[in-house]
Amino acid sequence: MFATVSKKAMTIGLIATMTAGLMVGCGSKAEPNQNQNTGGDSNAPKQEELSGKITASGSSALLPLVKHAASQFQDKHSGVTIDVAAGGSGTGLKQVAEGAVNIGNSDVEAGDEYKDAGLVDHQVAIAPFVLVTNKDVTVGDITSEQAAKILTGEVTNWKDVGGKDQKITIIGRAESSGSRKYIKSALIPKGKDFAKDAVVQDSTGALKTSVEQTSGSIGYMDAPYADAKIQVLKLDGVEYKPENIANGTWKLFSVEHMYTKGTPDKVSQAFLDYILSDEFQKNEVEALKFIPIGQLKK
Amino acid sequence: MATKETAGSFNALRRRSDRMMHWLFVGSAVFVSLIIFGIILFVGKQGLQTFADPQAGIAEFFFSTNWTPSEGEYGAAGFILGSFLVTGLALLLAVPVAVGGAVFMAKIAPNWMREIMRPAADLFVGIPSVVYGLIGLLIFVPWFAKTFPGQPGFGVGPAAVILAIMILPTILSVSEDALRTLPRALEEASYALGATRWQTIRKVLLPAAMPGILTGVILGMGRAIGEAMAVQMVIGNAPVLPKGLGEPTSVLTTQIVKEMASIFGTTVNNSLFLMSLILLLVSLSLILVIRIVARRRDA
Repeated sequence: MFATVSKKAMTIGLIATMTAGLMVGCGSKAEPNQNQNTGGDSNAPKQEELSGKITASGSSALLPLVKHAASQFQDKHSGVTIDVAAGGSGTGLKQVAEGAVNIGNSDVEAGDEYKDAGLVDHQVAIAPFVLVTNKDVTVGDITSEQAAKILTGEVTNWKDVGGKDQKITIIGRAESSGSRKYIKSALIPKGKDFAKDAVVQDSTGALKTSVEQTSGSIGYMDAPYADAKIQVLKLDGVEYKPENIANGTWKLFSVEHMYTKGTPDKVSQAFLDYILSDEFQKNEVEALKFIPIGQLKK
Repeated sequence: MATKETAGSFNALRRRSDRMMHWLFVGSAVFVSLIIFGIILFVGKQGLQTFADPQAGIAEFFFSTNWTPSEGEYGAAGFILGSFLVTGLALLLAVPVAVGGAVFMAKIAPNWMREIMRPAADLFVGIPSVVYGLIGLLIFVPWFAKTFPGQPGFGVGPAAVILAIMILPTILSVSEDALRTLPRALEEASYALGATRWQTIRKVLLPAAMPGILTGVILGMGRAIGEAMAVQMVIGNAPVLPKGLGEPTSVLTTQIVKEMASIFGTTVNNSLFLMSLILLLVSLSLILVIRIVARRRDA
């Protein structure tokens, strides 16, 4: 009895393995042909099929873009697996410097502490930032200086910047957040920092909910996250629109970086090339509400 | 003869498997202890390296409330104070309700009601803390903002309320067990002496069940002081002393989460290990207190 069962199990196992093997064989055999057909125009010289594993972590602002690119890239190259995780720009930089991931995504340039880590910068997109307030704030337009004074805690009431008598609650992000570092470098004078009693939320999502819920609150976030439930402030009289970045009037935007430790390996390089390709920049980047990196160079 | 031999070899086999299992269990126990001591040693060693940085002094860490790592100020007193404040407030809110509920469930409620309430209370323990945090963010933060005009609503107030709700079922079920397992004779003797039900509960049952109730309270306290996610969502996480119930502040756990991405080996990161060590020591002493309380009950 025992013997028959194990024999049966073995037969089933064998069949399963063979079928799987066949399927894998078929897949890998079919792939190069397909690739030559679709990729014929853009990467014609590449003959052998790419395979390997890429890991990326970091900025949660950049995550949707990298994830989207990863799924498209994997569709084209079935031998490649790409794992993308969030965790904040600080985490991304740290992990890529330690060699824990292949690519570290960051909203900000790597600071001096990474000078010796041999990081190579790949700029992939522009992320617009906006200042947002709760809907009940009557101020709709502030100057950069007023924004700086509010964020550093010098001005604590909306009536001092032309609004009604209402306490300002600053809602910001944690120390490791790229958004926080970016807004600090863009708006706050050197040597000063965000007000200490500012509320700190861990993610852009939580920040948005808090701004939505808290009367008199102000926060900062990537433009794509801002929706009709909160008010997007005009800055120095300019309304946020993607065109206004291209023509240079909207000043709050950061360059999204994907760092590699040293020169990227073949697969990572191909992935970065794909993100920077005209096809992806033109069709996908804007659809994801980022701005193609090419517009910066104008 | 033959049977005796089989019996002998059977016994030998049994002895051998007994011995094997014995060593397996001893091995597991040693392994678990090694892991625990390993964690304590690692956290302790890493944490104490905070003071290798001459800018971070022991007195500063424990007594200063100025937390500005970018300028070399590592005062964690605010977080330590915040942790105890939030936990204390949560206990203040939760204990009367939980003990009252336990008395009701153990001594007053009809059986069918107890059958419903008991599993319901146990179910509460299993709700993930992020759900409590979300409820806090969407309901209690706006409520505190409305109740204390001029305060943003984030702070110890909503954190204590959320924690109170979280630890309520723990205290309730442990206290209820303690009350229900009291010998019936106690109650009957009290009634026989002419005491009313209220007198019996207050003067006889509650004091007799006190060690069990205390165990529940201490367990709840342990959960409250170590909770990070739910608290982080509603406390505001500003590294300053709390100025009101609805003013943002920070506690040990949320501060660790907030600064987690700092680089391993830097003073900021080491100080996070030191905060973890404090939390670890608090939990350890709470467990010790439970032990002592339980031993007194047995005696």
